[in-house]
Amino acid sequence: MTSDSTAAPAPPRPARPRWAVQGERLLEALIRLCGVSAILFVVSIVFFLFREAAPVLVSESFDLGEFLFSREWYPTSVSNVRYGTLALTVGSVSVTALAMVLAVPFGLGAAVYLSEFCGPRLRETLKIVIELLSAIPSVVWGFIGLTVMSKLIVRFTDAPVGVNVLNGGIILALMSVPIIVSIGEDALRAVPDSFREAGLALGATRWQLVHRVLLPAARNGLLAAVLLGVGRAVGETMAVLMATGHAVQIPHGLLDSVRTLTANIAAELGEAPAGSDHYRVLFLTGLLLFVITFAVNLTADLAIRGIRRK
Amino acid sequence: MKQRATALLAALALGACGSGGPGGASRTVIQNKGSDTMVNVAQLWAEEYRQVAPDVEVEVSGGGSGVGIAALLRGTVDIANASRDLKPEEIETAEKNTGETPKEFVVGYDALAVYVHKDNPMDEIVLEQLAGIYVEGGTLVRWSQLGVTIPGVSDDTIVRVSRQSNSGTYEFFREHVLDNRDFQLGSRDLNGSKEVVELVGNTPTAIGYSGMGYATPDVKMVRLAEEPGGTAYEPSVENTMNRSYPLARALHLYTLGEPEGEVKVYIEWILSDPGQRIVEDSGYVPIAPDRRTKP
Repeated sequence: MTSDSTAAPAPPRPARPRWAVQGERLLEALIRLCGVSAILFVVSIVFFLFREAAPVLVSESFDLGEFLFSREWYPTSVSNVRYGTLALTVGSVSVTALAMVLAVPFGLGAAVYLSEFCGPRLRETLKIVIELLSAIPSVVWGFIGLTVMSKLIVRFTDAPVGVNVLNGGIILALMSVPIIVSIGEDALRAVPDSFREAGLALGATRWQLVHRVLLPAARNGLLAAVLLGVGRAVGETMAVLMATGHAVQIPHGLLDSVRTLTANIAAELGEAPAGSDHYRVLFLTGLLLFVITFAVNLTADLAIRGIRRK
Repeated sequence: MKQRATALLAALALGACGSGGPGGASRTVIQNKGSDTMVNVAQLWAEEYRQVAPDVEVEVSGGGSGVGIAALLRGTVDIANASRDLKPEEIETAEKNTGETPKEFVVGYDALAVYVHKDNPMDEIVLEQLAGIYVEGGTLVRWSQLGVTIPGVSDDTIVRVSRQSNSGTYEFFREHVLDNRDFQLGSRDLNGSKEVVELVGNTPTAIGYSGMGYATPDVKMVRLAEEPGGTAYEPSVENTMNRSYPLARALHLYTLGEPEGEVKVYIEWILSDPGQRIVEDSGYVPIAPDRRTKP
């Protein structure tokens, strides 16, 4: 964009070559496309999920109430096929909740320590180690859950089987801590130093500074960190498939085995004949999963807006 | 019409021959997928066959009988392994999708063994009791109800170990033990025969079912009686062959239509003495000598 002020009798500016102008336009279009593509992808994924799932919604053997609120999941039954995902949803929620109970205090604590209390050299080392932790593939985590963690759980509790909610929750917590730490730390360090200086000048202790100044100032970033952790935990498949015991039931305690929505899709989609009711219900399960994460994100967004308005 | 059928056959034969390169020395690849019960024996066949026919490569993968059959119906594999029979609707789908009727080969027999932990004092069980443990609404939830006391545990709730629904073992058990009723939810549904035996071996209060070839020193196979008071038979080669063991089943290979070329040669080799010796070595029961092919 050039200004076309013709008033001043200045010498004419050298015209830019045509290719440069065209190239810039092309680049601009490309960048715009990148920006829009995110929306495009989300919309097309939802469309695809819905297209695969939709025919079952109008099928007479299917009942949405049963799908959401029945705990009976018998997709391949000979006598009475039932598609109830309540036990699976509760399975996903329970494992995720436990993971967050463990991971949020640890993750935020580590983020505060990294950004406020530790020296620069130690910080760099710790950050590298944490990045490494987040680079471990989920199947490896699942393997650790299946072999190491399950034996520990059987030894230290009276659980008959070591693959259960506790195991899955611990594994998921370990997987989400690195995300919470690195994003949380970034959020805390984004708080301007003038806040810290002002706090110290008023005679605040370091704890008061963290508690009263930094946490409120960085709360949006911290909430985002926690939510990304939740997102990772809800969507994780391989590790929970291996660590939770794969039993369709509503857990009564931490030591019961469960099956999650994701693990169920992973385990059953391969055998469901394309186009069958079972196949479509699995896509509907994917849609349900999407709705759950969307609801979590939306609530968080509204919460942040609410906090801001205050 | 006739021409179309020939074209289809040609396409199938081409598919069966896999990636024969344009160059002279072509390697034939046979895709083989399916039953988890049979995956070990199928891998041994493939390895051994490399010595017999070095230019034929057999790629074996597991996943469950259902997965193998689904792949066969899509035409992505040449041979599907299945530890259950093909269902009528699957035959129908195959005919609709590919115009071919699946062809069945019985390549051996297996006894579906019921496993418990090695410290479990129970030695035999009646089919009806087994159903009472596994069936939806079943009433047997504690070992004490079966008169069994497991040493060293306080909570004697039976830990039911089952298989995922894509497994032929799962469907065979549902058909023959549960009489096609549904499983009680809440069992640990594992995705491999070996995992079932492993979990039972680690859990004193567990019970599980799996092919007899998967026994380890940590588990015990219990004898099985058809009805209360009847004789209980152990899952042995002999009892499987004479059909006195109640949960004996056939192991199948399926192809789309009559197999041709290398696939046909391979299946004939499996049905001959060397192939059947591998079946026996893997802990399964080979087919009777008079039904084998002569190499």
